[in-house]
Amino acid sequence: MSGPNTSYDPVRVAALSAEEVERMRAAGVAAVQGAGSLEELKAVRLAHAGDRSPLALANREIGALPPQARKEAGMRVGRARSEIATAIARRDEELQTEQERRMLLDETVDVTLPFDRDPRGARHPLTVLQERIAEFFVGMGWEVAEGPEVEAEWLNFDALNIGSDHPARTMMDTFFVDPPSARTVLRTHTSPVQARTMLTQPPPIYVVCPGRTFRTDELDATHSPVFHQVEGLAIDKGIGMSQLKGTLDHFATAMFGAGITTRFRPSYFPFTEPSAEVDLVCFVCRGAEPAVDSCRTCKGEGWIEWGGCGVVNPRVLVACGVDPAVYSGFAFGMGIERTLMFRNGVHDMRDMVEGDVRFALAFGSEV
Amino acid sequence: MRVPVSWLREYVDLPADLDVGELARRLTMLGLKLEALESPGADVSGPLFVGRVLDFEEEQHSNGKTIRWCQVDVGEPSARGVVCGARNFSTGDLVVVALPGTMLPGGFRIDARKTYGHVSDGMICSARELGLGDDHTGILVLGSEEAKVGDDAVAVLALRDDVIEFEINPDRSDALSLRGVARDAAIAYDVEFDDPAQRFPAATAGQGYPVAVRDVAGCDLFAALEVTGFDPAAPTPRWLARRVQLAGMRPISLAVDVTNYVMLELGNPIHGYDKQRLHGAITVRRAAAGERLTTLDGVERELDPDDLVIADDRGPIGLAGVMGGEATELSAASTDLVIEAAHFDAPSVARCARRHKLPSEASRRFERGVDPTIAPIAALRTAQLLTRYGGGQVAPVATVVGQPGAREAIEMPADLPERVAGFPITATESRAALEAVGCNVAIATDELLVATPPSWRPDLRDPNDLVEEVLRVVGYDKVPSVLPAAPAGRGFTHRQRQRRAIGTALAAAGYVEAVCYPFMATADCDNLGLAPADDRRRATRIANPLSEAEPLLRTTLLPGLLRAQARNIGRGRSDVALYEIGIVVRPRPGEPTRPPALGVGRAPTAEEYAKLDAALPAQPLHMGVVAAGNRSPAGWWGPAREATWADAVQACRLVADVTRTPLEVESAHVPPWHPGRSAVLRLDGVDIGHAGELHPAVCRSYGVPVRTVAAELDLEALSASAADPLLAPVLANFPVGKEDVALVVDDTIPAAAVEAVLREGAGELLESLRLFDVYVGEQVGTGRRSLAYSLRFRAADRTLTEAEIAAARDAAVALAGERLGARPRG
Repeated sequence: MSGPNTSYDPVRVAALSAEEVERMRAAGVAAVQGAGSLEELKAVRLAHAGDRSPLALANREIGALPPQARKEAGMRVGRARSEIATAIARRDEELQTEQERRMLLDETVDVTLPFDRDPRGARHPLTVLQERIAEFFVGMGWEVAEGPEVEAEWLNFDALNIGSDHPARTMMDTFFVDPPSARTVLRTHTSPVQARTMLTQPPPIYVVCPGRTFRTDELDATHSPVFHQVEGLAIDKGIGMSQLKGTLDHFATAMFGAGITTRFRPSYFPFTEPSAEVDLVCFVCRGAEPAVDSCRTCKGEGWIEWGGCGVVNPRVLVACGVDPAVYSGFAFGMGIERTLMFRNGVHDMRDMVEGDVRFALAFGSEV
Repeated sequence: MRVPVSWLREYVDLPADLDVGELARRLTMLGLKLEALESPGADVSGPLFVGRVLDFEEEQHSNGKTIRWCQVDVGEPSARGVVCGARNFSTGDLVVVALPGTMLPGGFRIDARKTYGHVSDGMICSARELGLGDDHTGILVLGSEEAKVGDDAVAVLALRDDVIEFEINPDRSDALSLRGVARDAAIAYDVEFDDPAQRFPAATAGQGYPVAVRDVAGCDLFAALEVTGFDPAAPTPRWLARRVQLAGMRPISLAVDVTNYVMLELGNPIHGYDKQRLHGAITVRRAAAGERLTTLDGVERELDPDDLVIADDRGPIGLAGVMGGEATELSAASTDLVIEAAHFDAPSVARCARRHKLPSEASRRFERGVDPTIAPIAALRTAQLLTRYGGGQVAPVATVVGQPGAREAIEMPADLPERVAGFPITATESRAALEAVGCNVAIATDELLVATPPSWRPDLRDPNDLVEEVLRVVGYDKVPSVLPAAPAGRGFTHRQRQRRAIGTALAAAGYVEAVCYPFMATADCDNLGLAPADDRRRATRIANPLSEAEPLLRTTLLPGLLRAQARNIGRGRSDVALYEIGIVVRPRPGEPTRPPALGVGRAPTAEEYAKLDAALPAQPLHMGVVAAGNRSPAGWWGPAREATWADAVQACRLVADVTRTPLEVESAHVPPWHPGRSAVLRLDGVDIGHAGELHPAVCRSYGVPVRTVAAELDLEALSASAADPLLAPVLANFPVGKEDVALVVDDTIPAAAVEAVLREGAGELLESLRLFDVYVGEQVGTGRRSLAYSLRFRAADRTLTEAEIAAARDAAVALAGERLGARPRG
């Protein structure tokens, strides 16, 4: 800032004339408008708004004016400088936007390029289905019980009313642990978990027991010596076949969708009495026009076998410490592999047991 | 059980317009499950007639075959000329002629055709061509009394029938007979049941062929009835052979067919002895040690002292209820017969059949339970059928030894069926249902039914057994659907949720779950390079493994995973990362304890229950991973990243992170891993797993690529820890101070040790520390390496000054220098 001009020179002060200021303003604004890039704008800023710009120099002369003229000249120059500054700011924003627009265009990529750099894995559908089943029952307030796969013969058989000479013991094609005096087997069903639950928890009991089971079947398209079951057990007052039916109806709907109804038909299991086989209406023909051999899935019967069930045999309750005079219960059991085969159209048991990653990967993480 | 419907009709008055599919459905709903429905003869149509061979000329042909050019009368004005390849007939014989236009079983169409220089105007049929069995040795020749010329052969031979095959539940031994199936069919249609056991008389007991039952527990009733003067060459009547055949048994001879027929009809297996080949009294006893017997199938068997045998003076002549002996077998010369109809103890027969791997039609019935009272009826029925079709005399009396015990009555609360079924069933309905299945029922009081089960239902023992019968008759389909309300549950357990979280994390990290068989072999221990004393060699053995190649229960998840890995690679996949979560079986140290002998009349005590568990091997849950090839493939983004030892260790760290378990990692030298590239994983100082690159020899043994990596972790320890809710961290928002330090250390010092010292030295202002570079090279000298860490400092209550941050960093570096000889990289 210069002080008042003591050596007033009216010629030089002509730079503060209205005409001259307007000329400088117009030149500045025009230069700003003409700047085609941020670099040009930078040069324009220096030339028209910098410390050595004509208006800046003109401004220094204000002090040389007589005091009565200073205010008007100051306003005139200030307005012109402000206008140029505004124009620069506006132009700067325009040019920035344009530059970014171009940059983004230049950065265009092919978004269809695959990016399978970190392949996902998968949980096995048998695991996922077991969990899904467990979730259904947990949602109704049931709990999930588990037990050992290498099991005491007493819990696998005797406690379940399968005596040592019972045909069911041979029917179940049991793997026995060496030596036989250990009276230990690979569990043939998850029912011993039910026995364990009754022996360790007071009623009411509502548990579902998914898990691995064993039978001495050779592996083929429909059999495996190692497979999975889910069994359920309800022990409470006033429990009977109708509660069993209600539970399985809901279970079937949860697994297979609305419209898949169930049917009970008489069967035999040592641990239940009465016993029933639970059939599902055939998914393929839905039981329409039952005729032999018309539907390959159900062989024309309209129904397919899903699992076994029944009212817990009072003898089992006694062996497991539940008073049959007070409590009754129902139990059911289904094959997980079989359920997966039905639900998801698995054709060959071997696909589920061989650990071929293509099988599990196909399911994603839901079944 | 295969049931020809025409046979069934003999005992139950089924509707004339019966829909066989509906019959099968109704019986299925009564517990006799439809297995298959066949309609033999349904595909036979056209002119199939009985004809008489009037004359024939035998012609030798150039191909070496001799044929007969026959003139056959089929009841038409003129005879037909038919070429026949068989020669087992004579002029005047009755035969079955398929005229042109006939369809024979299997869609075999008969047309007039030119053959051997003649136009054969039809075909003379063999039994096999008619679907009457396997006999194709010659054509079928009918007896002169069986039919006359021009008869419809379909009717004469009973070619058409419906056969329902049922799957019979083990408790329904009665339904392994026409008698039992007919009873249920009568219930199904609510019609009269004509019980053959009441229609046919029992043999009169007296002094017949001598019999001694020495083992009453094994045989509570034995009937022996003689037939003399029987013609062993007499043919089986065609209808009887046809029924036996449709029921699934092969017609053999009149004597054999009749015994099978009576077994199928009444359910009691029958055995016939050639009396001339018996020596002395028939004795029922257990076998003596060392005794041998050649059974009907021609196999000589060493007998077990538990085997119940039929013997004569020379020794065993049959396995009771299982199979007869060859020495006393009926033959084409047997004219005098002794018929055995007996009742044998079910478990005894079951054990014997199992022991000798000899399941037979007889043992199948006895081991499920045969009506113990029917033997005298079955014996006489057999003898009468034999003499009716084979001549001879039935002895006036039979030897009948033993007296089966009477059935005990079962008391059932009258409302039990209703309570168990869940819908109203009155005492009257229950009574009617129980009577329909053969029970003798009395309503003792308003509250109590007393039912005596029939002799043919040994399975009915308890009130609940009666309930099932009531429900069967009333209808399982009547059971309503009522959802029970369970009390509020506690959801999944910590262990269950943890297992799911681990699986989800591993899947997200690129591992695919395999569910492997839990079997292994001793060879696996060798393949894994386990030392003789390695605990993983102590495995539980299966007494009856499916494959002798894998008789052990796995003590480690690795063999199964490696086999799955090799399978995937063999199927053309080069990048495979697998995981499994499953139990391994570890025998407990020391001598195995024996479980207590427990009955079933009461629950075991807590102590007994604990002993049951103590006798079982430990079954800890493990997590295993294997990976080979690239964890990340090459692509437009850059090169591939191979699976390395670090992936295996990281899989364990991931599991630890997910479960909030502080896992320590140290270098290890444990098979089957690479001695320089594997780690032991510790929790609170206890080894809980190993991870790293596999030893190349192990890779070769399993056929997986060298440098395959693997890890195995015991999850039991994890689930025990971190069960409590985590206390949330306090998030400080003051500015962070960042410092990088590079330390040159001896390369034998593990990074984990350097990190631990830095953390300790940096003190509580340290928020996080991360190793971001490892440098090995000339600049740091041989045997040394540079580890570069980025440290972040932050205080919860203030902005840290530069001096504070520098001081903390310097303290960390100083401690590393003091403890580990680390010097800052200059």
